[in-house]
Amino acid sequence: MEEDNVEDIEVEVLPSMWPEDIDAAGKKFNVEKPGADQDLLEDVTFIEEPTIVDFQRLLELTNYSEKGSSQLSYLVKNWEWKQENAVRLLREELENLSKQQREVELKKLEILEEHRFEQESYGGDKRPVSILDEVYEIFQDAPKRRNDVVIPDQRIDIDDEHDTDTVKYWKQRAWHLEKLLDASIQREQILLEKLDESIEKLEKQSSPVEELSQILKRADNFLHFVLQNAPVVIGHQDKELRYRFIYNHFPSLREEDIIGKTDVEIFKGDGVKESQDFKREVLERGLPGKREFTFETDLFGAKTFLIYVEPVFSKAGETIGVNYMGMEITDQVRRREKMAKLREEIAVQKARETELNKTIHITEETMRAKQMLATMSHEIRSPLSGVVSMAEILSTTKLDKDQKQLLSVMLSSGDLVLQLINDILDLSKVESGRVSRPFLRHFRIRDSRFSVCLYRFLQFPFPISCLFSGVMKLEATKFRPREVIKHVLQTAAASLKKMLILEGNVADDVPIEVIGDVLRIRQILTNLISNAVKFTHEGKVKINLYVIADPCPQDQPKPKIENDELVLPARNSVLDEHKENEPQSHETVVWIRCDVQDTGIGIPETAIPSLFKKYMQAGADTARKYGGTGLGLAICKQLVELMGGSLTVSSKEHCGSTFTFVLPHKVPHACESSDETDEFRDMDDNASTEDDVSCGFFQFKPRTLGSLFSANGSNRTHDLMGNETSFNKLDGSSVVAESSSKRNFENKNKSRTKKDKENHGDQDRAFHNPSNKKNRPSITDGMRVDSDRNSGCVSSNVNHERAKTSARPKILLVEDHVVNVMVAKRMMRQLNQDMDVVNNGAEAVRAVQRCDYDLVLMDVCMPVMDGLQATRLIRSYEKTGNWDEARLAGVEPPDLPSGDQILKEPRKRIPIIAMTANAMSESAEECFANGMDSFITKPVTLQNLKQCLERYSICPYQHRNYIAIYFKSSKIYTKTIVHKQEQQ
Amino acid sequence: MDTVPQLQRQFVEYTTSLYREGYLDDQFSQLQKLQDESNPDFVVEVVSLFFEDSEKLLNNLTAALHQENIDYKQVDAHVHQFKGSSSSIGAQRVKNVCVVFRNYCEEKNLDGCMVCLQQAKNEYILVRNKLEALFNLEQQILQAGGSVPMMV
Repeated sequence: MEEDNVEDIEVEVLPSMWPEDIDAAGKKFNVEKPGADQDLLEDVTFIEEPTIVDFQRLLELTNYSEKGSSQLSYLVKNWEWKQENAVRLLREELENLSKQQREVELKKLEILEEHRFEQESYGGDKRPVSILDEVYEIFQDAPKRRNDVVIPDQRIDIDDEHDTDTVKYWKQRAWHLEKLLDASIQREQILLEKLDESIEKLEKQSSPVEELSQILKRADNFLHFVLQNAPVVIGHQDKELRYRFIYNHFPSLREEDIIGKTDVEIFKGDGVKESQDFKREVLERGLPGKREFTFETDLFGAKTFLIYVEPVFSKAGETIGVNYMGMEITDQVRRREKMAKLREEIAVQKARETELNKTIHITEETMRAKQMLATMSHEIRSPLSGVVSMAEILSTTKLDKDQKQLLSVMLSSGDLVLQLINDILDLSKVESGRVSRPFLRHFRIRDSRFSVCLYRFLQFPFPISCLFSGVMKLEATKFRPREVIKHVLQTAAASLKKMLILEGNVADDVPIEVIGDVLRIRQILTNLISNAVKFTHEGKVKINLYVIADPCPQDQPKPKIENDELVLPARNSVLDEHKENEPQSHETVVWIRCDVQDTGIGIPETAIPSLFKKYMQAGADTARKYGGTGLGLAICKQLVELMGGSLTVSSKEHCGSTFTFVLPHKVPHACESSDETDEFRDMDDNASTEDDVSCGFFQFKPRTLGSLFSANGSNRTHDLMGNETSFNKLDGSSVVAESSSKRNFENKNKSRTKKDKENHGDQDRAFHNPSNKKNRPSITDGMRVDSDRNSGCVSSNVNHERAKTSARPKILLVEDHVVNVMVAKRMMRQLNQDMDVVNNGAEAVRAVQRCDYDLVLMDVCMPVMDGLQATRLIRSYEKTGNWDEARLAGVEPPDLPSGDQILKEPRKRIPIIAMTANAMSESAEECFANGMDSFITKPVTLQNLKQCLERYSICPYQHRNYIAIYFKSSKIYTKTIVHKQEQQ
Repeated sequence: MDTVPQLQRQFVEYTTSLYREGYLDDQFSQLQKLQDESNPDFVVEVVSLFFEDSEKLLNNLTAALHQENIDYKQVDAHVHQFKGSSSSIGAQRVKNVCVVFRNYCEEKNLDGCMVCLQQAKNEYILVRNKLEALFNLEQQILQAGGSVPMMV
């Protein structure tokens, strides 16, 4: 304290705990007079402990700091003023009194004068006679007064001059004066008493210190009153930032822990140092400041304070310490931070939203553009295929050489455009096909029934695509890889304009027949070949086909598909699905690898990664030089992947490239191979034989070389023209007209070869070989139509023929609603189909029990029994061969010869198509899960219905565009292929 | 007199307005396409069937919604039917009301259902009047010896 004192003295310090303006005469710091509100304060209880004061310091401060002294001086002044007032009042009183006294004395003098005069006139003899001596004696002690008394006496004497002379009169007069004197004395007495009293009171009144401390106390009380619950800390720290005073409502430390210490000495933790630094800064700069601090101390945890610090100056203008006031604002800060965070989150959200919207917008745009592209391609394709096919038909008519040339240019250009458009369409289909793959997988897990249905699909000639309208169609048909290779090479050779050798080499272990989507595989091959040809200027383009081990490591070396789920778990291609779901397989899977090798310009290593990207080519100049859309490889890759395989490339610049794809193929059971046919054979080999089928090497040379094709087996080269001539002679009927179109040319060539291989056997027999004929009437796919075109052309309308070959398909409509029934019926009639109608699921089951239908259109929501249940019952029958489940469900089969039904093996799977108003996917899933094959959304439109029928090979005979020939039992049936012109 | 062209124009305008104002949608044109010489009255037949059916359904619905304990499943089934038939003939606005109606059924919201029922009735009557007017116009054209213009 001593030290402090010294310092304080030096600086002449002092902070006050009062508001600064207290010296503005109590205006800011108005304290009511004790009397008035003493009660109030008494009611309030104070806890005064919070204040911890270094009183000595306070005293010093009050003594030395400007504020303190001014405050004190104000109080003193105030007191002085009050005292002065009292003194003034007293003085006035005294003045009054003395004035009166003077007056009295004056009067007395007058009286005395008179008296003297009387005395002079009457002599002084009466003087000695004193009647009322004792009266005089009473006032003996106050001589002055005696004078006074004397004077009135005399005066009275004067007044009654004329009546004098008598003693009585004088006596009377004396007595009267005496009385007056008495009264006067009495008054004086009272005044004296009052004066005494006043003096006494004055003495009794409090000393300035007392009053001051009282005021201070009251102010203090009020401060406590106001501050008692405020979350504030008020303090004063000296120059060294040691606490000299602190007020804290919630004290956690005792006085001795705080006073004389600095923040850092008291608290430990985050923020302490900073706040102290801040105080120091204020101290040094001499400017008050406010700042927030977040403390993280052991003492009171994490709290945020808003701290106001102001410097305190000594009278000399030096800083001698700081006053600080802190308010806890933890909650506010927390709230504020929360708000800020929220605001930030909102901003982020908004930004994200905009971003998303943008993305959505872009995606939509892209989708629209794609859709547009697809639609346009589609729209272009339909008329274009009309043009091309008509041109082809035209080419079969009699034309002269020039015309033929023109026509061939027309055809090849048309084909090119068609190819381009197909590419674009395929791409968009494959892309949407991607979407469907997880969907498939989903089903595999969920419903084994679906798997079965899938399997059956593949067993029966329903393209799997019927499940997914609008997505890539993958079909599973038997085909002969050798023939595919051959055909692809032929096609390439036909349009070959370079001196290249095209070679096909199929290893012996490649099965004669496999199952797969031959159209797609052909497409891939064609693409790769044309690519290879395009970039190769001399040398060879080669296809090598051979069987490899299953690329899946955990597989058995010769993967049998019996226990499927494990065989190909990672893959999810449709083919795999198919295999996996096969209940009892008599087929194996082979992985066939196909290398397409060229000796062309090669691909720089840097370009390889982007090779399979859409619209990308190895380099910009490549595109300029070689043309092309840059779509081919992308499509190939996607197709291969869709089928569960992989496509890779290896290349050496200037030496050539090899594109390799590996695909799983199912191998059909050997005994089935001969009696079932597929369109490929149908279109390629009108006269193939077993010998030919197993031949594995093909070589094609450009037409200009004169020799187009040589089969390794016979090692003979055939002169094209000669063959053609003989061929024409041989079958010179009207069935195949002479043509220079490349396809015809190839076909003939092929036939030729085969015949050669038969050692020139009976060509007629070969041509009409019944074993290779195909009798599937339903051909709706564009590609197939294309292939049908290849098999020869005859222009005869044989619409009615169909009735001969098969009965009209029977269609069952299950629909409870009259209006819908009427509309559907009418539409069917428009499509030239009849159908039976039943009104609910139970009736549908009965109808199916009675009669074999080729197609069931099933409403989903129906009274009595809904479509889903009905479908389940029908599927159960197909699976088990009995109607037990239906019986359980309350649908008794009509009395049918029970054995008859059960003996029918295998039961045909009826395509059941859901008609649903909710086109939502979950509804679709439900349909599939219950065994339905596809669905049409309601309201049904003519086009939907037609597409659906077409998909299920129930051809509405409405438009006849293409004509094809089918062979059946050695007889030629001409048949109309209904290929409806796609409506707009 | 130009009555036939005039009527025809009127017919076209009227039909267009029906599509424009959303009373009908494409499905109705589907019906019209299904009509040909062999079935000259197909549209009228279907639509009459729809009228009959709708009135029955609306009555059923009204009755069902005035039950003490409302069987919402039943109501929903009716609405479903109504939706199906209206969408089959292309009465778009009726169909739209039915969609909302079904949502209320699902929520078992009686007030909503009642409102929807009223709306469905209104829309049904509206579309009925419109269609009847259209058929009248058709009749007039035919009687005047003209042919009904095909809407594209």
